[in-house]
Amino acid sequence: MGKIATREAYGNALAKLIVENENIVVLDADLTKSTKTNEAKKVCPQRHFNMGIAEGNMMSVAAGLAASNKIVYASSFAMFATGRAFEQVRNSICYPHLNVKICGTHAGITVGEDGASHQSVEDIAIMRAIPNMKVIVPCDGKETEEVIRAIAEIDGPCYVRLGRSAVEDVHHENYHFKLGKGEVLHEGSKVALIATGMMVQECLKAVEILNKEGIDPTVINMPSIKPIDEELIERVAKSHDVIITCEEHNMIGGLGSAVAEVVVKKCPVKMDMVAMKDTFGESGKPNELLHKYGLDSEAIVKKVRKNI
Amino acid sequence: MITKEKCIMHATNIRMNIVKMVSAASSGHPGGSLSAADILTWLYFNEMDIDKDNAGGIDRDRFVLSKGHASPLLYAVLAEKGIIEEKELSTFRKIDSKLQGHPNMNYVKGVDMSTGSLGQGLSTAVGMALANKLDENNHRIYCLIGDGESEEGQIWEATMAAAHYKLDNLCAIVDFNGLQIDGNITDVMNPTPFDKKFEAFNWNVITIDGHDFDQIEQAFAQAKQCKGKPTVIIAHTIKGKGVSYMENNAAWHGSAPNEQQCEQALKELKGE
Ligand SMILES: Cc1ncc(C[n+]2csc(CCOP(=O)(O)OP(=O)(O)O)c2C)c(N)n1
Ligand SMILES: [Mg+2]
Repeated sequence: MGKIATREAYGNALAKLIVENENIVVLDADLTKSTKTNEAKKVCPQRHFNMGIAEGNMMSVAAGLAASNKIVYASSFAMFATGRAFEQVRNSICYPHLNVKICGTHAGITVGEDGASHQSVEDIAIMRAIPNMKVIVPCDGKETEEVIRAIAEIDGPCYVRLGRSAVEDVHHENYHFKLGKGEVLHEGSKVALIATGMMVQECLKAVEILNKEGIDPTVINMPSIKPIDEELIERVAKSHDVIITCEEHNMIGGLGSAVAEVVVKKCPVKMDMVAMKDTFGESGKPNELLHKYGLDSEAIVKKVRKNI
Repeated sequence: MITKEKCIMHATNIRMNIVKMVSAASSGHPGGSLSAADILTWLYFNEMDIDKDNAGGIDRDRFVLSKGHASPLLYAVLAEKGIIEEKELSTFRKIDSKLQGHPNMNYVKGVDMSTGSLGQGLSTAVGMALANKLDENNHRIYCLIGDGESEEGQIWEATMAAAHYKLDNLCAIVDFNGLQIDGNITDVMNPTPFDKKFEAFNWNVITIDGHDFDQIEQAFAQAKQCKGKPTVIIAHTIKGKGVSYMENNAAWHGSAPNEQQCEQALKELKGE
């Protein structure tokens, strides 16, 4: 498949799905070329609605469509889909458990030059906190395609977090996503890295460096943040000295918190986090920002060394 | 008061800096920056009492760039006024720069509100105008909103509140360039008519050609005289104004010209 952004894989998958499933309706908020829902619009313009720059309205419209047996994919930047429209998502969509799939693109700091106002570092936390909501963060093109298909079959609201920048392929063509399941990408010892989204590729890069130093961490891809794979976390907690979570998100409320909630309950073990340190991002190139805010493979390597 | 000839000169410099900044950053929003350049030039040189010395405080007129993606325009205007250094403009959108992709009020003197998420700026301007009423001062609050931006419901909540509290110290300007990201505003999600909407919300409404300095002058003068209600200036503009290949072309909303395109744009703006 090659290196593509998860938003691009989303656009391609949705364009196939909308043709196959006539219950699907797509909504966007003046960002169809960025979120890539324009691909679905090209093949099925009659079931794609541009709602204009009005995200709050869009989410409640999505609820009305879903209350009329439609499966709605509603997109904007992650910041506005989850932030601007938070309470519409909570009360119009999640409370009545309606079938709306919120696909937020341009999540995290790898948005780059647009800067902090557009860099959602709290979307996992706020979406995860809503009852009935499921939260999924795919890490590459193949996984995105799988997730976009899978959520059409899942009853109720889902939030899918997608990125702007291209990411490395982690998965083969025969990979299957399962809600609530994590995936062991590499079985090592002592340290377990649990990552989500684009941080999975950074973990794999970090492991290459660490292997040369004789350190061999386990690497786990955790696309399903809610529900989360409690069994796998418990097993890892029991068999490793330390768990380090890696996410392009604030250290409060995201993957790290979700894993910690399981760990404290099932098998307390030392944990550390690679995440945004409760700060806003800024303008810059994605790679420069990942470096500055300690989210690149180098930062993961340092964090592992510190914990060993 | 500076002459209209001088305004044209400043506006040209500002437009050239907009193109240079966005080109150097290989990212940013030229179209909606160029469309409002004439209005902001007049506002900053002939209406607002802002200068290098008072820019850091609030004891003066203030401006909210509700359509925060037009940050290149605001930075270029502040440079033209000598409030920030012109050489700083080349750091736009780069890491560690004060000149963020969308304006941050804590980084730049003269940026009166942090914006970037559309639809919120007019509400913050309402807050500032209310504070000025409480403080019984005569400072005015100006706010530039996009025509696409006005699809946000919050714009109309702010519109209602401003009229309700009779904020005659508030003047909003709609940059009516007819385009948003996905195309013509009337095709994407029609927010027009603006004049009838604002009138229905009990605002003083003035419609002008946003590139005609005579009309701009009159509009701001009338706005100041109007008592008991806020004023909106609906400014018909051309997105990408001054750069032939950008004019009326939605594709230049958020794309940067390459080096060659930048040179062509600068030549056109210089009138060569
Ligand atoms: C709440 C929110 N939704 C979406 C965006 C993304 N966005 C940035 S500019 C823009 C279009 C703005 O159109 P308009 O207001 O007409 O601006 P102008 O033509 O003056 O550039 C959009 C959708 C945003 N910045 N904020
Ligand atoms: Mg516009």
